[in-house]
Amino acid sequence: MRRTPVSTTEATPESLRSTGSGISADKIFGFFAYAAGWGVLLILSGVIISLALGAMPAIKAFGLNFFLTETWNPVKDVYGGLAPIYGTLVTSAIAMIVAVPVSFGIAIFLTELAPDWLKRPLGIAIELLAGIPSIIYGIWGLFSFAPFLQQYVQPFLIDTLGNVPIISPLFQGPPYGIGILTAGLILSIMILPFITSIMRDVFETVPPMLRESAYGVGATTWEVVWKVVLPFCSTGVVGGVMLGLGRALGETMAVTFVIGNAHRISASILAPGTTISAAIANEFTEAIGDLYTSSLIELGLFLFVITFVVLAIARLMLMRLEKRAGK
Amino acid sequence: MSGAERITVEADTDLPETTTPMTNNDTTEEASNVKISVKDLNFYYDTHHALKQISMPIRERQVTAFIGPSGCGKSTLLRIFNRMYDLYPKQKAVGEVLFDGVNILSPNTDLNLLRARIGMVFQKPTPFPMSIYDNIAFGVKLYERLSGAAMAERIEQSLRRAALWDEVKDKLKQSGLSLSGGQQQRLCIARAIAVKPEVLLLDEPASALDPISTAKIEELVDELKTDYTIAIVTHNMQQAARVSDYTAFMYLGELIEFDRTSTVFTSPALKQTQDYITGRFG
Amino acid sequence: MNRTLYHTRKVRNVVALGLSVAAAGTGLLILALILATLFINGFAAIKPSIFTEMTPPPGEDGGLLNAIYGSVMLTFVGIMTGTPLGIMAGTYLAEYGRSSRLAQLVRFINDILLSAPSIAIGIFIYEIMVAPMGHFSAWAGSMALAVIVVPVVVRTTEDMLKLVPNTLRESASALGTPKWRVILSVCYRAARNGMITGVLLALARVSGETAPLLFTALNNQFFSTNMNAPMANLPVVIYQMALSPYDDWQELAWGGALIITIGILALNIIARYLASLGGARR
Repeated sequence: MRRTPVSTTEATPESLRSTGSGISADKIFGFFAYAAGWGVLLILSGVIISLALGAMPAIKAFGLNFFLTETWNPVKDVYGGLAPIYGTLVTSAIAMIVAVPVSFGIAIFLTELAPDWLKRPLGIAIELLAGIPSIIYGIWGLFSFAPFLQQYVQPFLIDTLGNVPIISPLFQGPPYGIGILTAGLILSIMILPFITSIMRDVFETVPPMLRESAYGVGATTWEVVWKVVLPFCSTGVVGGVMLGLGRALGETMAVTFVIGNAHRISASILAPGTTISAAIANEFTEAIGDLYTSSLIELGLFLFVITFVVLAIARLMLMRLEKRAGK
Repeated sequence: MSGAERITVEADTDLPETTTPMTNNDTTEEASNVKISVKDLNFYYDTHHALKQISMPIRERQVTAFIGPSGCGKSTLLRIFNRMYDLYPKQKAVGEVLFDGVNILSPNTDLNLLRARIGMVFQKPTPFPMSIYDNIAFGVKLYERLSGAAMAERIEQSLRRAALWDEVKDKLKQSGLSLSGGQQQRLCIARAIAVKPEVLLLDEPASALDPISTAKIEELVDELKTDYTIAIVTHNMQQAARVSDYTAFMYLGELIEFDRTSTVFTSPALKQTQDYITGRFG
Repeated sequence: MNRTLYHTRKVRNVVALGLSVAAAGTGLLILALILATLFINGFAAIKPSIFTEMTPPPGEDGGLLNAIYGSVMLTFVGIMTGTPLGIMAGTYLAEYGRSSRLAQLVRFINDILLSAPSIAIGIFIYEIMVAPMGHFSAWAGSMALAVIVVPVVVRTTEDMLKLVPNTLRESASALGTPKWRVILSVCYRAARNGMITGVLLALARVSGETAPLLFTALNNQFFSTNMNAPMANLPVVIYQMALSPYDDWQELAWGGALIITIGILALNIIARYLASLGGARR
């Protein structure tokens, strides 16, 4: 195969002409790689299509009313998704209201205030905590947090905020311990490490020279963060927050234990309720009848779609930040 | 020294039909075969016209050096000889590059076989993440089935030729990454010659190394040319003057002058060459 | 200098930073509290019997053996299925598609799948496996886990392969190595530690997933090795037992939770250690 003397003709001689075998191994491997890429797209489409198909019976039966009805009656086979949707949105809102400022605070601490010897262990601790599965938060919520809220916090809230005009309807009712507020708080604790580590990564894309020049004109630490760092990576921060929101919306186990599983909407956030994922988790295996199951799947489809939208926006914003940082 | 043909260079706005001053060597006693012949070669990075109408010979078992300021296209030209640009979609070569008379730019050239016959050493040492032994055996295993003993012998030969054997013979199983920069580069050279190529392309092989390692590499080039045709790109003119037999001076994608090294460095045909050699620009 | 303005700024700074420290303190305190509760309650439940006996009916003594076995089986099959697909897709993104439109789309979709609600994945697998098959099965459960594994492995594989310098690839190509060989023997080798880390992180992630198993693998009161039938697993067992009114079940639930948490923490620590090794290789 090697050094055959070559004539000076233009035709490619054997020693240099393409043989079959080498090429086909390349082609096969390349094919598998491309196929795997398509496979990822296939998984996503598969999920959406199967959810849509499964939800068809309910969509046909209830149409748009599904999203406006609170009734959830397995006996009469009438289902409306308003309560779970409300629950999902409110618990996520509570979670974000609490988690975002706290994560922000921790991220500032990590990037600006913590002494060097503390930075690495703290960062690692946050990432390890982000890996703890949600079921742990769920059972902690059920056995420790809810009783605590029931005994001390909720009576306090009812007595104080429950009497403040305008917001008082939010804090009515007996202190169950479990309920929308509890679920929202557990959710916030759960997504805390997640948002913190994203914010920290985003803050670290700020070029040191930018920070230094801000300090150089005599700005205080807070001013550097608020007026230089944050504006610089604002898209990234928003992206990170939305990523956290996406996670919160889809979270199941942390919420199921403490939400109370009541298919109703109450004004008070101390009351029990349900979320989409909690409803599915609790009722799917026991749902008898096509319409029941299909209604649950329709809820699942709705959840997947809104999570998809939120995550897509988050990803686009983070991509823009990466471009800025010159990756 | 045969007389070089002095031809005035005519600049044109489009593709100029310049004939670069070069030595017509066929009539001299030291006539050597032309191993690679470049004819009217143009190269494009996407729409950027990077190499313009290059024509020149690479002579067998001689060292041809490519010099010129940054961005002149010398590495680009070198990487055409083993079709390395093929790895990147937006790069295109037009023209002819005849290797032993066969145009390697033709689409049905088997690139892997081509690269087995034309080897390359890069600017930064790039040992594979494996043992020294495996590094050298890697290329050989692609094309030949050697017994354990024959392989060991081939590896020893290559390491000796690359002046590295004495330093690593006791640690062949250690990772290639455990060597110093200069040693790593000689490892890469050994790896390239282990597959017994006919041509060696050296892309600034010593630019990342300290002076002592550089001197060793230059000695190596001098020895290797008895068996291999060598094309070397270097930004160090003195290095070109030291190691090469022929020198090509390039500027902004054009071949300005090509001649025997001694001529280029003592009595170049063009003022531009003279200016570069004496450091007036670049 | 305006004294009051300066004073206000200073106060604002102290307050803001104080809040930040308070946030860090509170956040970490709560998380420490959770872990402490977990460890205390969990350890109370850890007896040797937890590893030797099956899940009992309420009121009787028992352990979690069938659940532990089931979790191991489910995660094992899930990882074995998801990892090759993930590696190949990651390879596509890093070595073939790169910045093409298709690759950008795949990357985008992959990142969304990474954070998608796992309960929707459970419904998906239910629809395509459990419903047609007519029964719950461990196969369905492992496939649900595999779908969660894929995006994690794709991401880490692509990130690790991107860290392999291009000159290494070119050196291998320059020897005449076909592309698939370059990827397999050089790129994977160079990125090996990072890729293993990715698999470990995926394993840690799916070990704690409950929602996708709720209606795929379901649960099984008894010990079963039948992949074609419902299989006990730690997360679902914990879920059921924790929500029950029985004390001994609740105690077992804590024990199971502790086992999962320790397993996941161990995996994360090993993964981190491996990742640090990879960096030090240079």
